[in-house]
Amino acid sequence: MALLKDGALAEDPWTLPGEADELPAEAPAFVSLERWQAERERLLGRNAPLGLRLRAEQSPDTVAEELHRFAAIALEFPRFQDGRAYSHARRLREHHGYRGEIRAVGQVLRDQLLFMQRCGFDAFEIASDEPVEAWLAAMAEFSVFYQPASDGSRPAWRHRLAGTQGGEAA
Amino acid sequence: MYRYDEFDQAFVRQRVAQFRDQVNRRLAGELSEDEFKPLRLMNGLYLQLHAYMLRVAIPYGVLSAAQLRQLAFIARRYDRGYGHFTTRQNIQYNWIRLDETVEILEALAEVEMHALQTSGNCIRNTTADPYAGVAADEIEDPRVWCEIIRQWSSLHPEFSFLPRKFKIAVSGAAQDRAAVKFHDIGLYLRRNAEGEVGFEVLVGGGQGRTPVVAETVRDFLPKRHLLSYLEAILRVYNLLGRRDNIYKARIKILVQSIGIAEFARLVEAEWAQMDGSSLDLPEEEVARIQAYFAPPDYPAAPEVDLAAQRRAEPAFDRWLAANVARHRVPGYAIVTLSLKPTGGIPGDATAEQMERVADLAERYGLGEIRTTHAQNLVLPDVRRADLQALWRELETAGLAAPNIGLAGDIIACPGLDYCSLANARSIPVAQDISRRLGDPERQRLLGPLQIKISGCINACGHHHAGHIGILGVDKRGEEFYQVTLGGSGEEDAAIGGILGRAFSAEEIGPAVEALVDTYLELRADEGEPFLQAYRRLGDAPFKEKLYGTA
Repeated sequence: MALLKDGALAEDPWTLPGEADELPAEAPAFVSLERWQAERERLLGRNAPLGLRLRAEQSPDTVAEELHRFAAIALEFPRFQDGRAYSHARRLREHHGYRGEIRAVGQVLRDQLLFMQRCGFDAFEIASDEPVEAWLAAMAEFSVFYQPASDGSRPAWRHRLAGTQGGEAA
Repeated sequence: MYRYDEFDQAFVRQRVAQFRDQVNRRLAGELSEDEFKPLRLMNGLYLQLHAYMLRVAIPYGVLSAAQLRQLAFIARRYDRGYGHFTTRQNIQYNWIRLDETVEILEALAEVEMHALQTSGNCIRNTTADPYAGVAADEIEDPRVWCEIIRQWSSLHPEFSFLPRKFKIAVSGAAQDRAAVKFHDIGLYLRRNAEGEVGFEVLVGGGQGRTPVVAETVRDFLPKRHLLSYLEAILRVYNLLGRRDNIYKARIKILVQSIGIAEFARLVEAEWAQMDGSSLDLPEEEVARIQAYFAPPDYPAAPEVDLAAQRRAEPAFDRWLAANVARHRVPGYAIVTLSLKPTGGIPGDATAEQMERVADLAERYGLGEIRTTHAQNLVLPDVRRADLQALWRELETAGLAAPNIGLAGDIIACPGLDYCSLANARSIPVAQDISRRLGDPERQRLLGPLQIKISGCINACGHHHAGHIGILGVDKRGEEFYQVTLGGSGEEDAAIGGILGRAFSAEEIGPAVEALVDTYLELRADEGEPFLQAYRRLGDAPFKEKLYGTA
């Protein structure tokens, strides 16, 4: 596995300890929703960034009031055909105003990368056997989008109204 | 009609480039078939029994003459000289090679077309009333909103991996010619008490193995909020629709399981949280798109009295009665070209026919053609004074069967002749029935009668919505056909009921004839169509005729 973030491969400081394992004292770590609910107080007492990893059927709404406690939220694609995490990501960004990292985990393929990014994902756990250039190219295949989403890019109609050009695609 | 601007052009070009890369990776073995499948399906490319099938989108069934000529070119160059118009107003080619698909997409892009989202678990091509913009019974032109939906749904980042396919239909007329109530989302343009035009929004319609008539989720939605409201519906479905069982994954199952009231509550709650001002189109953009659909300047055309011509030529009279509809502009008419010649394959057209139709659309119309969900073609703007001349030309092109809405206007899926899902053949059954009921005078006497045939329970031939529905089933390796009666795909939408045991391929044609004879014997008068008579009489007399028991 490799981590794609900010347009490049990055060192991943995060770990995902097993459910029964002790969390690292200093390093950032993801926990499951179950663990968060069971060990909330103890986890809050740690002195390192905490992340939440949600399965596709777990709605971020469950922890809506506490989202600020998580430096990162990992949303799982159990199969790439399972598109629930796209909606979770958009709701996190647009309804809950979540500004931390939203990480795509599970079956993350390059043909879905642009969709993920547009829905508010900004970190991607990807298989490391493809050159990073191919992943970056996949994100730049389109310069025209027809609908606003969570990535801040302007839909075609905004360009039309403003009389501006869409960026040229790679 | 809508014309691409620089953004639309760039978008389809980039889409072709993306698909070229995906095909190359598949051919190079970098993508497994499992990984490639959803990518090719997003592009309308199916693997069928004998070859790849490519389904090309005809947005809301509107084509220019130049586009139809390009479809003819593709049929000739890349297929076997014909194409098949589908029940969702698209066209599909059944004999396509994978390594030529990119060329075909390039050819489509040249005429502002694509095959995007004609299959896969995404928002499919939006369909509409084929008489949109010219129908005499229309409140407002639905094409404007169809084009808005087309753009919004194209490569939608959130809704490209839904639990299952998702179909939207829009009608702006009193009569429903788009089977709106059998769609995942159905939209009827309505005028409210204040005189404002908005949408009645329906959800959860569909056919397949669980046929459901859509229910109203909102009585009146102001037009300007359409996109945000659609997003709210799609999001609720994307999050809550079942993904564990392909047969229970459509939105209709979700709506049924929680009930329309709860579904509406969830949608409204989601919608209330959304930032509509960023999702909904501003007035200027709606106006920009609307301008493309502004009514053309119709040259004044005299109202002609065709009575003498009708008397002189009974064949012209029959055609006029069945295939010509009232236009909202006096002196003009809407003409449906039948792709259902007696004994033919419903919806098939040869490259030559497509070119003829393109020429006729330019000579007798304003260069525009529509496709219908009943698998026919429409010339929307014909001067009434030209009708007889047009009819003669259509006769020689084999496109003048006087059977629109009548017994010969059969809808059929491709069935086991092409489709890998089918249990039974549909086309030979359609051909057989079409020959049995082919006599034009008999069809005229029979009146409105919709026969619809599906080769399997997926119901692509809309059998649930047929006045007479026929479903192909497999019984120990043999093809059998189940009959349903009383379905309707129009504003009085209903699901047909199964009549009794299934018939063999040899028996099904005579069985349909027997049903038709029973109707003729029992109808109150010539003004009582088949469906109405069935609703009055019930199953019993038809059962008795076919099975000898009431």
